[in-house]
Amino acid sequence: MSTSARAPGISRGTLILWTRTAVVAGLVLLLELLCRTQVIKPLTMIPPSAMAQEMVRLIAAGEISDDIVQTVSEVGAAFAVSVLAGFALGALAQALPRVRRAIDPLLASWYAVPFFVFYPLLVALFGLNALPLIAIGVVFATPAMMLSTIAGLDRVPGVLRKVARVHRMSPLREVMLVTLPSAAPHLFTGLKLSFAYAFIGVIAGEFILSGGGLGYGIAYAYESFENRKMYALMLLVLLVAIGVNGALHVWETRLARRRART
Amino acid sequence: MSANGQAHTDFHATLRAVTRTYPGARPVHALGSIDLDIARGEFFSVVGPSGCGKSTLLDVLAGLSAPTTGRVSFEGKQVAGRVPEGVGVVFQEDASFPWLTVYDNVAFGLRRAGMDAAETARRVDYAVGFMGLRDFTHAYPAQLSGGMRQRVCIARTLVLQPRLILLDEPFGALDQQTRLLMGDELLRLWRETGASVLLITHALDEAAMLSDRVGVMSARPGVFIDLVTTGWARERDSRIVSDPGFGAITARLWSSLRTESMKAIGREA
Repeated sequence: MSTSARAPGISRGTLILWTRTAVVAGLVLLLELLCRTQVIKPLTMIPPSAMAQEMVRLIAAGEISDDIVQTVSEVGAAFAVSVLAGFALGALAQALPRVRRAIDPLLASWYAVPFFVFYPLLVALFGLNALPLIAIGVVFATPAMMLSTIAGLDRVPGVLRKVARVHRMSPLREVMLVTLPSAAPHLFTGLKLSFAYAFIGVIAGEFILSGGGLGYGIAYAYESFENRKMYALMLLVLLVAIGVNGALHVWETRLARRRART
Repeated sequence: MSANGQAHTDFHATLRAVTRTYPGARPVHALGSIDLDIARGEFFSVVGPSGCGKSTLLDVLAGLSAPTTGRVSFEGKQVAGRVPEGVGVVFQEDASFPWLTVYDNVAFGLRRAGMDAAETARRVDYAVGFMGLRDFTHAYPAQLSGGMRQRVCIARTLVLQPRLILLDEPFGALDQQTRLLMGDELLRLWRETGASVLLITHALDEAAMLSDRVGVMSARPGVFIDLVTTGWARERDSRIVSDPGFGAITARLWSSLRTESMKAIGREA
């Protein structure tokens, strides 16, 4: 017997979405209340509504347009390069077992290395411009795409490759029509992770090492005690990260729903 | 013993002295030497103990795997490293494309072959109806049962109107009742298309019910040790299991196979 107390006509998914939204809205309201009643001091944190107001003002006034353009182009470039390079290297490693055996330990320990320490080397290599930051983003994001590509290609059922051969498909058509669609869920995870790592790498790089971009803007505002600007920029970064990841998640869920047993 | 003890002369597919050895540090001699002639429009089944090389035989005949020695030909032309036009294969595993609907799965081969949309739709509609999938045309494989997914794969092969259909234990994952019904559908398909069929199966009753001839294979390396001609009329279905001759055929298959099956599991007869 079902013990569900769900209201008639409301799906489980909708219920989860509402609950999640209510929890987040509740936490934001609580924070607003704590800030407004000065339980949390203004020097520590400003109310979320003030953050949002300041963020809108900064964008409307064009004060952070250059920073937004710089960060978006750096993240975009790092993301694009890491997806292409990660996919190509992943496909190569999957096709060549010896290469894969050789790089496996490297990939396993990749994220244990603090790559920011190589910034001076990257500056020496690329100059004092956006390239070292893009390089940091690429270094962070590429292995995620590589690992997802390897996992995806590993899991293409052998029988589907046989079906491609029974249909007398060329190797290119087999890749486009069978291999990639079959590996798509893992490749999609790779895209999501690559974006997240490219974003983290670039923002963190700007925060520590750059003279521009949203990461630098947050660091500068922090050092200048500009609390309103600092929190507004933090909110903007948070919203962009959540927005892009959320959009990718929705897309991924739609993709997965078709394949999940009902 | 070769599997050539038949009166037909119009051979559709032929294997001559075919062997298959998988290379490696310890090469595995999986198959042969095999001689086999399949007549045009014949329903030929292969039974044998696990690991005897049945699927290897199918792969070699389909052109999915090259023989180590010997010659394979289809309609008089040598099969050389590529699946010949006119050959369709249904695999034991679920080979439906999970990202495509039933319709798109079935239409897959027709679109690859460049068939126009109207003819594609006509053939897909027929195949989907024939396989009892009309209500699920726009469903994804994940929304179907295992048996229905296998029917999608059979329909995908059927629409291409192959002249030789190779089936590798296509009903292996199904329950007995569904297998009997699927067998009926396969017989209907075979009669309507006039195609030749080679069925790999581990089920003796299935082989006895469906086939014109059944080849019994030995334990690895697989060779034909017996060939049973059933003598069934072309118009037949699963009700043939109540025919007095059915038990005799099944008994003969088991008699030939028992010793080999014991060898396959490492026991003496």
